[in-house]
Amino acid sequence: MTDRMTRDELLRRGAAGASILTIPGLLAACGGGGGGGGSSSDDVNDVLYFANWPYYMDTPATLKAAGIDKPTTLQQFEKKTGIKVKYYEEVNDNPGYFAKVQGRLSRGEGIGRDIIVSTDNDKFLGEYIDNKWVQKLDKSLIPNIKNLIPAQQHPPFDPNREFSLPWASGMDGIGWNDKVSDPVTSVKQLLEDPKLKGRVGVWNSMGDTLGLVMLENGDDPAKVTDATFNRAIARIQKAVDSGQLLKFYGNDYAAILAKGDLAASMAWSGDVANLADPNVHWAVPEQGGIIWTDNMLIPLGGSVPTASTYMNFMYGPEISAQWALGANYISSVKGVKQAAEKLDPKAAKNTLTFPTDQTLSQMHQNDPAMLTNEKYNKKWLAVQGQ
Amino acid sequence: MLWLAIFFLVPMGFLGYQSLQSGIFPHFRFTWEFSNFTTALSDYHTQLIRSFLYAGIATVACLLLAYPLAYWIAFRAGPWRNLFLLFIVAPFFVTYLVRTLAWLNILANEGPVVRILRDVHILAPDGRLLATTFAVISGITYNFFPFMALPVYVSLEQIDARVLEAAKDLYASPTQAFIRVTLPLSAPGIVAGTLLTFIPAAGDFINAYFLGTPNQQMIGNVIQAKFLESLDYPTAASLSFILMGTILVLLLVYARVVGTEKLTG
Repeated sequence: MTDRMTRDELLRRGAAGASILTIPGLLAACGGGGGGGGSSSDDVNDVLYFANWPYYMDTPATLKAAGIDKPTTLQQFEKKTGIKVKYYEEVNDNPGYFAKVQGRLSRGEGIGRDIIVSTDNDKFLGEYIDNKWVQKLDKSLIPNIKNLIPAQQHPPFDPNREFSLPWASGMDGIGWNDKVSDPVTSVKQLLEDPKLKGRVGVWNSMGDTLGLVMLENGDDPAKVTDATFNRAIARIQKAVDSGQLLKFYGNDYAAILAKGDLAASMAWSGDVANLADPNVHWAVPEQGGIIWTDNMLIPLGGSVPTASTYMNFMYGPEISAQWALGANYISSVKGVKQAAEKLDPKAAKNTLTFPTDQTLSQMHQNDPAMLTNEKYNKKWLAVQGQ
Repeated sequence: MLWLAIFFLVPMGFLGYQSLQSGIFPHFRFTWEFSNFTTALSDYHTQLIRSFLYAGIATVACLLLAYPLAYWIAFRAGPWRNLFLLFIVAPFFVTYLVRTLAWLNILANEGPVVRILRDVHILAPDGRLLATTFAVISGITYNFFPFMALPVYVSLEQIDARVLEAAKDLYASPTQAFIRVTLPLSAPGIVAGTLLTFIPAAGDFINAYFLGTPNQQMIGNVIQAKFLESLDYPTAASLSFILMGTILVLLLVYARVVGTEKLTG
């Protein structure tokens, strides 16, 4: 954890100070706390600083692949509002990003970002909100919040959506490479089929992996007890001991699966869509899958009006539809499918981006109490040899 | 002295303070929690021992590979010396992470090495290299190789050629000359190389992370996971201290065995 300014910040603050050239302005610029643009007034800033995961935004290339001839949603936002967006693909995993920013946030200082993104099936989203390291949304600037689908309106970590709004959802399921494997459609097969021995991957994130195992065990991942937890972890331990599992992966399983070193792996829906590899397939496990959502937050020091303006923009169905087709993840905006069909009648048939009601009925959510349980987290690391 | 205070003592003091805290993130309190150390040791001694075992094997492997190479460059390469030294150092122009990731491809099941080894029946048809102890130790050996090769080269290169001539004049066979003259004179380089390889290798976690499985996790992986994933800073800090303390003890034993004058060259 470092307190030193990055070169970027230094330049930015220098520029801010020079342009304002007032004592308070200079003080704000040198203050170290620094929100996105260095001021914390009620005004909308000229620049939005946005930290997100990689492969999570529509780009000219992905839009072209989806057959959409339009500027990216970021370009449209800049044109419409005059706010420039500095987009950082710097969230590679929830724990890593949290570790990077928590030092400053815990001292009440800003991190130079107006929006960050955190996943609801990891304990860190709750840490941000419970520790008051994020700011309340300005809902007066987000009239489009009316488009939020009912299923996302009252999540346990933020019952009234005061601090967070969904960015994207995705599904936990199983991917396999048909060059080296027959279809793999159950977790039982994944963890026990001798034909897959040593060529199976699971995630290093507890909620995702154990959630799928619990469903296989016939247990409810949304309501975890010591017994169901231990049953799930024992099953993973058995697969480790028998050599069935090659490794616990972060986001890096996808490339290895495509190469064929992994015959099958637990896989995220959008990743498989983004791989666009004809040999790699994805399925919801027979016993059900897990659905998760990444949430936008405004960290301390971030500009609430600027961030809220952007959130409002993204909650328009047309914009969200274009984004969903470009980024291959699920939107939480009402009417997005109809809007997408207008953009491209074919694309809306993509069940990874627009899952059918039948698929959604197979989806479950993680128990938030499991994610924050210290004892469980310790056991989860132990099964990974840590 | 000031540098030492700022860059060594202050962080160490902070780490020590953290290692004696208790509580759950982010509400740690300082309570002289010495049990952090005993718990950490009893929970993770497997990984600790494994780390030193892997680091030890990798150090020996580095020495066995680096010595002949350094010898050849120092005495036989002539005008090409600098070029060959550059070859040793060149991989270092690439990030550690990327260098290790390259081995993911080299050792991959569908990669060339595995295919050849399977064809000549050294590996069983379903055998693999990736995600094995062999892969992790090889990765460490590869990554720390220059730390061994360069000091050994420097000590060999400094040997006065006349000393070797004198040995020959006194009817020493090439083997005798090597054992009685060259080897002792290059000992400071070997000692320095051993330390430079062994110490960072023992705390390494990148190789086990990319090339290993849960059964090859080293103490560095545990510390990494404690710091970044479970946010258990006290345990992570006490494990760091245990690692440092163990290295220090091993260092003292080593110094005792080889003699301190060789440590200082």
